[in-house]
Amino acid sequence: MSEQHIKLPEGSIEKTTTTLNLGPTHPATHGVMQNILELDGERIVSTEQTIGYIHRAFEKIAERRPLYQITPLTDRLNYCSSPLNNMGWHMTCEKLLGVQTPKRVDYLRIIVMELARISDHLICNSIVGVDSGAFTGFLYVMQYRELIYEIYEEICGSRLTTNIGRIGGFERDFNDIAFQKIEKFLDEYPAVLKEFENLFNRNRIFMDRLIGAGPISAERALNYGFTGPNLRASGVDYDLRIQSPYCSYDEFDFTIPVGTTGDCYDRFLVRNEEMWQSMSIIRQAMDKLKQFKGADAEVYHADVPEYYLPQKKDVYTKMEALIWHFKIIMGEIDMPKGEIFHSIEAANGELGYYMISDGGRTPFRLHFRRPCFIYYQAYEELTKGAMLSDAVIVMSSLNLIAGEMDA
Amino acid sequence: MLTNEYIQQRLQDKFGDAVSVFEETYGTLSFVATKEQNLKVLSFLYDDAELKFRFMTDLCGVHYPDKVGSELAVVYHLHNLEDNVRIRFKVFTSVATPDVYTATGLFATANWMERETYDFYGINFLGHPNLKRILNVDEMDYFPMRKEFPLEDQGRIDKDDEMFGRGGNITYNNADQTAPLEQKH
Repeated sequence: MSEQHIKLPEGSIEKTTTTLNLGPTHPATHGVMQNILELDGERIVSTEQTIGYIHRAFEKIAERRPLYQITPLTDRLNYCSSPLNNMGWHMTCEKLLGVQTPKRVDYLRIIVMELARISDHLICNSIVGVDSGAFTGFLYVMQYRELIYEIYEEICGSRLTTNIGRIGGFERDFNDIAFQKIEKFLDEYPAVLKEFENLFNRNRIFMDRLIGAGPISAERALNYGFTGPNLRASGVDYDLRIQSPYCSYDEFDFTIPVGTTGDCYDRFLVRNEEMWQSMSIIRQAMDKLKQFKGADAEVYHADVPEYYLPQKKDVYTKMEALIWHFKIIMGEIDMPKGEIFHSIEAANGELGYYMISDGGRTPFRLHFRRPCFIYYQAYEELTKGAMLSDAVIVMSSLNLIAGEMDA
Repeated sequence: MLTNEYIQQRLQDKFGDAVSVFEETYGTLSFVATKEQNLKVLSFLYDDAELKFRFMTDLCGVHYPDKVGSELAVVYHLHNLEDNVRIRFKVFTSVATPDVYTATGLFATANWMERETYDFYGINFLGHPNLKRILNVDEMDYFPMRKEFPLEDQGRIDKDDEMFGRGGNITYNNADQTAPLEQKH
């Protein structure tokens, strides 16, 4: 083949660095995203990220949908912890509509949210293990994610994209099996997490791989808009559950773990500790649920006839319930006018919903503040001058979820 | 304690008429700044020893087709982490010259958020280091989140979409209905 038939990019013969595509479907990306690495030997000179492979235009779609139909869209943001996204969305709507949720609903929500946080963190941390060559921990904790998914299944009927809860509360009360499974989880998971930590935390090989990989200072992290465990790993104790408590988090007793250097090891430890804290929160919520007696112990939603579907038996027998049912399903209810920003502490950081309502039936504009999207842009700075193998570790320890990044 | 009234007072003292439409919605102070002043407002809020809005929570675009001459808006959400106060402000620009100064010099996080805003609304951030599309394909020649692109009409009948319950071998009595609906672009 003569030279004229080979079409190389300009300057590719003269240049001394190697270009390597990490992604879009590389096993280490755990999602569809591309990193174009410029390598000098095994050192990273620069990186460029390409995202948007699974962009689904949720913000546009949401402009044609009534509020309750947007919940399934939020499932698909961070699909490792969709109940958190769902709850955040419901709380945004409730804030806009001025709905006050009963205490019992808050506690039930906290149980679901913290379970979701645990399932997200345990996936992230065990994937860090997989990417550094330790597969055992991943398979071991996976059965407890399965148990969490079974709990979701008892509550709402689905596992991954849950569509859990409704505006004002839950679609139905938790059944006994759900509570039994939560108890089972609380009984069994601490021993498993302890063993997981024993396997990793002081493992020499694991520590050598993670310590010093992808560090970020608190100042840079804040400038990059880091939130959640990634920010806390660099030493900033910013947690929305404490700073602006929502959903009765102010009644719970827990601590925020922080790191110091913001490297992969700190991120790993922060996430591990957060799982312990989450378990303590779930335990406290379970205890608080026991204080409800009589009719209070059966409350699972607020009284919002405009948005909360009436009971089916009422729909068949009562005129008013039938009208509300029809109006809700057809999305024929006008929202109050207003602009609202509400954010919750999702597993990855501050998940925000910015909604502009012009008084119509659908949002005029809905914007998701997706923590993943925001901190992925720091990836270049985190990996500059690092080794190729660090690029993989940094990516998994940031917990990048393509669904959330691309919205 | 930093109150919304105090922030409003400080901004009005500093910028006069360049900041307007102060509102408090759901506890958050929001206002509108002129687009020439957006960086000055941002850096004043950032540098001031009392205000300290040093965390950019969010930046996004909005399209108001009815506001002739100021159709596009950029919305900034800032957060004072020490006093836990949030603030929101908008700058408006016309769709004909959608030029707004970039905030990347102040906040590294604004980089991708501005790229996203450019991608969907076509707002041209002057001085941005790498202003190109981020979520859509590079070849796209329109800005899809603008309101002139409606979502697909669920009632359209020109599309053969048998798997999803429309099109295929349905026959229509009215001949006019079978003509393809005009798609706005």
